[in-house]
Amino acid sequence: MERSEAELIAAVLAGDAASFEPLLAKYSPRVFATARRYARRESEIEDICQEVWLKAFDKLKSFRGEAPFEHWLMRMAVRTCYDFLRGHQRNRVSSFSEISEPEEDWLERFVAEPGNAAEDADAAKMLIDRVLEKLSPEARLIIQLLEIEDRSVKEIAVITGWSVPLVKVRAFRARGEMKKILARITKEKYL
Amino acid sequence: MNLPELQKKLIAAARLQPPDDRVPYAFEKRIMAQLAARSATDHWVFWARGLWRAAAACVAVAVVFGAVSLLKPAAPDNSNDLSQDFENTLLASADLPDNSSPP
Repeated sequence: MERSEAELIAAVLAGDAASFEPLLAKYSPRVFATARRYARRESEIEDICQEVWLKAFDKLKSFRGEAPFEHWLMRMAVRTCYDFLRGHQRNRVSSFSEISEPEEDWLERFVAEPGNAAEDADAAKMLIDRVLEKLSPEARLIIQLLEIEDRSVKEIAVITGWSVPLVKVRAFRARGEMKKILARITKEKYL
Repeated sequence: MNLPELQKKLIAAARLQPPDDRVPYAFEKRIMAQLAARSATDHWVFWARGLWRAAAACVAVAVVFGAVSLLKPAAPDNSNDLSQDFENTLLASADLPDNSSPP
């Protein structure tokens, strides 16, 4: 018979480390999907996920079972991704002159006729990835959670450990930062 | 250029393409192997940490006593010499004149 999550967690806490494996198998896809939102290279993604799971194992005692295990784990995953972003911010400052031809074409289409530039185009995805990479770690986290994942301010406060007013302030700044980056791209290309 | 519209389009583009949730081959096995290896070394780590802490405490105590003995001014006379007092007390009975011997 399959054991419940609570039983598995209790077994791990009692010293049966093997009971951790079913949890790993069940939630690794979600942890990898989260890590892929913040990191690009597979080696970095795998490092982040490994860190998340090792932290989860070490801190399992602090899981009180009030919220689902998945929420607790995802909070840890997002915080680990944020730490990763903060550790890799040096790569952010660069010119947009390196944007690829499809991205340039997509931007030109948007300038000519905004309605004709499809959101599902690969070029649009590449462009947003590039813009997100230029954002500060705080701004990127906020844009990702608030705008792309469509989470509420309260949820973000719980995930990040920031207060609700701080999330609001950072969201305001993040939108401004993103606008500035977009203005820089269009200025470099179209002025 | 309509920047808010561009921003909206790009956010929509990001929303339309959810990230890949593929897990690399044998990832779970690697994590479990790491956890097993860590718990095996944990006993050594426990003892090593304890011994290092004890060593640090011993060094601290030795430094404090060393400093106290160096900074303490030397006693000007031997009247307060504890070791001398102790010796006198211990040997008091031996120093007493023997009254039992015949004159």
